[in-house]
Amino acid sequence: MENLESLKRTILDEIKTADSLKNLDDIRVANMGKKGRLTEMMKTLSSLSLEEKIALGKQLNLVKSEVENAILAQKNILEEKELNAKLAAEKIDITLPVRPETQGRIHPVSKIYEEVVAIFGQMGFDVVNGPDIEDQFHNFNALNMPANHPARQMQDTFYINNDPSKPFDMDQAFVMRTHTSGMQIRTMEKQQPPIRIIAPGRTYRSDYDATHTPMFHQVEGLVIDKNITMAHLKGCLYDFMKAFFELDELPVRYRPSYFPFTEPSAEMDIGCLKTKTELKIGAGTDWLEVLGCGMVHPNVLRAGGINPDEYQGFAFGLGIDRLAMLKYGIPDLRTFFESDVRWLKHYGFTPLDFSSLTGGLSNNGGLTR
Amino acid sequence: MKFTLSWLKEHLETNASLEQISDTLTKIGLEVEELTNPADGLADFITARIDRVENHPDADKLHVLSVNDGTNTYQVVCGAPNVRQGLIGVFAREGTLIPLFNERLKRATIRGVESCGMMCAVDEIGLGSSHDAIIELPKETPIGVPVAEVLDIDPVIEVSITPNRAECLGVRGIARDLAAAGLGQLKPLHIAKVAAKFANPIKVEVKCPAECPVYTGRYIKGVDNTVNTPKWMKDRLNAIGIHSISPLVDITNYINYDLARPLHVFDADKLSGNITVRMAQAGEKFKALNDKEYILPEYALGICDEQGVQCLGGIMGGSEKGCSANTRNVLLECALFTPECIAKTGRHLQIDSDSRYRYERWVDPLSNISGSDYAAALILDICGGEASEITVVGSENYTSEPVYLRPERLETLIGMPVEKEKSQQILQNLGFQVTEENGILKALAPSWRGDIACEQDLVEEVVRMIGLDNIPAVSLPYDLLPKETLSPQQHTALIVKHELASRGMYETVTWSFADSETAQFFRKGNEALILQNPIVKELDELRPSILPNLLLAVKNNAARNYTNLSLFEVGPEFDGRNPEQQHSAASGVRYGQTSKKDWSGSARDYDVFDVKADALAAIAAAKGPYENPQITADAPSYYHPGRSGTIRLGKNVLAYFGEIHPSILKKLDIKNRVMAFEVNLDNIPLPRKSQDKARKKIDLSPLQPVDKDLAFVVNKDVSAAAILSAAKNADRQHIVDVRVFDIYEGDNLPENKKSVAIGLTFQPDNQTFTDKDIENMMNKVIVEVGKKTGGELR
Repeated sequence: MENLESLKRTILDEIKTADSLKNLDDIRVANMGKKGRLTEMMKTLSSLSLEEKIALGKQLNLVKSEVENAILAQKNILEEKELNAKLAAEKIDITLPVRPETQGRIHPVSKIYEEVVAIFGQMGFDVVNGPDIEDQFHNFNALNMPANHPARQMQDTFYINNDPSKPFDMDQAFVMRTHTSGMQIRTMEKQQPPIRIIAPGRTYRSDYDATHTPMFHQVEGLVIDKNITMAHLKGCLYDFMKAFFELDELPVRYRPSYFPFTEPSAEMDIGCLKTKTELKIGAGTDWLEVLGCGMVHPNVLRAGGINPDEYQGFAFGLGIDRLAMLKYGIPDLRTFFESDVRWLKHYGFTPLDFSSLTGGLSNNGGLTR
Repeated sequence: MKFTLSWLKEHLETNASLEQISDTLTKIGLEVEELTNPADGLADFITARIDRVENHPDADKLHVLSVNDGTNTYQVVCGAPNVRQGLIGVFAREGTLIPLFNERLKRATIRGVESCGMMCAVDEIGLGSSHDAIIELPKETPIGVPVAEVLDIDPVIEVSITPNRAECLGVRGIARDLAAAGLGQLKPLHIAKVAAKFANPIKVEVKCPAECPVYTGRYIKGVDNTVNTPKWMKDRLNAIGIHSISPLVDITNYINYDLARPLHVFDADKLSGNITVRMAQAGEKFKALNDKEYILPEYALGICDEQGVQCLGGIMGGSEKGCSANTRNVLLECALFTPECIAKTGRHLQIDSDSRYRYERWVDPLSNISGSDYAAALILDICGGEASEITVVGSENYTSEPVYLRPERLETLIGMPVEKEKSQQILQNLGFQVTEENGILKALAPSWRGDIACEQDLVEEVVRMIGLDNIPAVSLPYDLLPKETLSPQQHTALIVKHELASRGMYETVTWSFADSETAQFFRKGNEALILQNPIVKELDELRPSILPNLLLAVKNNAARNYTNLSLFEVGPEFDGRNPEQQHSAASGVRYGQTSKKDWSGSARDYDVFDVKADALAAIAAAKGPYENPQITADAPSYYHPGRSGTIRLGKNVLAYFGEIHPSILKKLDIKNRVMAFEVNLDNIPLPRKSQDKARKKIDLSPLQPVDKDLAFVVNKDVSAAAILSAAKNADRQHIVDVRVFDIYEGDNLPENKKSVAIGLTFQPDNQTFTDKDIENMMNKVIVEVGKKTGGELR
């Protein structure tokens, strides 16, 4: 029996020192396999007496089960060790940058368009589009600007010969629309009041410096109904400016001005604070001109087929690019149209940045990367 | 329009400060653009006396002065030639900001002598350009006082005058408006009749009274045009940026800005015969005083002598009969020309002048005779001489049409009531004659206002005097839950932008114009839409495609070493010269690689399949036929003929995509291949308005789909689409997806053959496929592909 006891101790020692699963399995085979030491001892039982057989058999089974348990325990230890070794070997440098991916951009002009639409949409305005090439009736005459009106000189107009088979005739030629105000007329031609529209789009004047480009973007607005007054004009534009600049308070002022298609006419300024390095919209010491507006001239209503004794209303025109410059601090208008990818990346907006009054007007679509 | 404060006060009796005047001008619609007060920079300069002058010990031309400002004495080194004891001048102490240098004055040592200040010349204090000598003030000037108090400093005010306010192109008109706004009293304008000493030897005939209703001529003999223009007149003209030329010219310029009254003076000795005012003969030549020769149209109005047109009436004088230093006798013209005539001619000949600017807006029709008197008196006073009687052709009479103002119209138009009496008073202050008829105000506009035609015009006059800021602001009434704002078409354009941006592209906005040198390749057979007056040669054509502009953007960015680019634009492309011959396009370019080289090796060159995917994604975003597009290899000629395609719906082209033709890239000097796509958004059918929002019920099969692969050997010219379509059609019920997963050409295959390997997904409907089922379906595919493409199983 001492023999068995020492064998057990030997086996258990071997198991404990096994340093690999292979090694451990060899130990298992050497002791419990077909020709293993314990198996051989079991075989000797048959030559013993019944009593001895029972006694030794019991002991042998106990040893066998003890050895099996020890192997299992060591197996767990070794498996964990091997897994750890494997994991250690699989270590990677997680500081490596992620795979390249590009996040696109929405141009500030499109962004402002969406913001303007969100605000005026809330006030019940429809959006109308019209042609970039205009006839002079819609661009000038119907807007109370007959052929020799001096206001036409204020707008350096691009012309296109209307009939290439004939010499250029400035009075008949088509023009690149100098404003989207012509959409006032095109809308009235199709629709009787009440009218509430904005007409965003590209506009063209022959001019080029830091605040003028031969193409720029304008939103014309028109509201016509029976009892619309200049007080509504002021209320509507004030509500818009506050919502657009996302401010609770915004000082505004109006100056009398002149546009052939409105009477009375005015220009709207908003308050701002100018320092050497920045321009802050809101309460301050300076004023910034933001738009022109006025009560629609009766001649314009007539040109659009609307009776000015029955209906009246207001119109306004604001610059999309200018609003972008003011809200997002973009210093030079010319850069809007240069397609410089550094500029587009810096001033552009993420594709998820949709504008709404409830979901947020700006910067609500995740961080730019 | 510029004027000085003293000039304004010539017409306006007022105690108002410069700031009050400026604020009021803006409030009443004469927007102040710039206020220049030279006194602003002079606060630290004081008057001081030179008590002693000594020669500099070490420099011949320098002196050492002892300068006394009444409190202290300062040692000053000065190089001016006019220094002398007792001179009172302008002194800058240490620390004073010198406008000329925009630096503060520092104590200095000049050739070993300390100098603690500076006696100033005119240029150093920013009041002129003279640097010859230091300023000498009158003997009686007190010392130690700010120089702004003793110098004759006249602030300059620049206002922007809207086209309807022609009378404010004269200082008097501005003064009248300010007086009406309560800022003082308008001084009466005294114009005395000039005594006629003799008969006018030059006769005048007007052949076009419609264009020139009144013409006055006055002969003045014995003038001297070599005398100096009086200082006050010269100073005012200089202050508003008009150079003094000669007294005769200065007088006409002055009156133009003083009363908005254009005039012309001929050298009478150069005139040959009498004056005829007539329309030009088409093609007649005229040499203007700007030294240019003009070919006149038949609607130009000429002031002519026997030798032809000597003055383009109301626009510009001629070079041959104008005044010079030798002029002794003159003919003074003061006439009325109609705005239409002046505007049309001026616009046609592109001549800008102060005279044209005023005539095409409005010149007071009752100011011809008085204007002539005013000018003649100034000429006699300054240049001497004697005046003839005035010759007047046509009659100077004018009454404006009455315009009516219903007092309640203030409230109904501007939303704020104004008392009838108040409106009446305002209009009267502005020069209107106002009477009341049955409770309605009847207003006759003064002759200097040509812009009053309807009730709204009168409302505006009242409103600008009351102040727009006093009108209440009332929000527009609107529905709490507004309907959808954008039309489906407008929404499509917006969503396409976001789709393309989400694919990693940058949206850009380029000109609607393009360079015809490049655009010519993109016209697709349409005519060139060339602008009559492009701003620069490179922007002379309305773009037939967005691509030329995007290619230019590629070139410019690549030149800055940004060589991996994905740009798109959504905007108009022009198909014809008539309004509405345009369509909305979403176009993009990809250039270079998907990214710079990186550790994962994912960077690869952009290829045609990137832009094909972009085009299909844009079509899908626009809710167009994305799933079964008709794609053919026939894009326009600006694409690579073997690497481009067209996506159509029926006859309509939805999109082009492909590589840009290398010969175009070569012309643009773009080094690498450019991938491009163009989607015509207007050709994508709009979703039906009443489209049901509910989706079709989905049937989620419990049976597993089975994937199988097949490879076919086909002729090289067999398209992948043909194989895919044949395979799919072999069993439309069970084959739910077909893909190409490998293309092989080369070893083990005949030269004109390629191998196309496709993956198929079979979906059982009722019960799991048996091996036999799958074998049957595969055989169908093999047969069908063989039939349609000649393909054999590899």
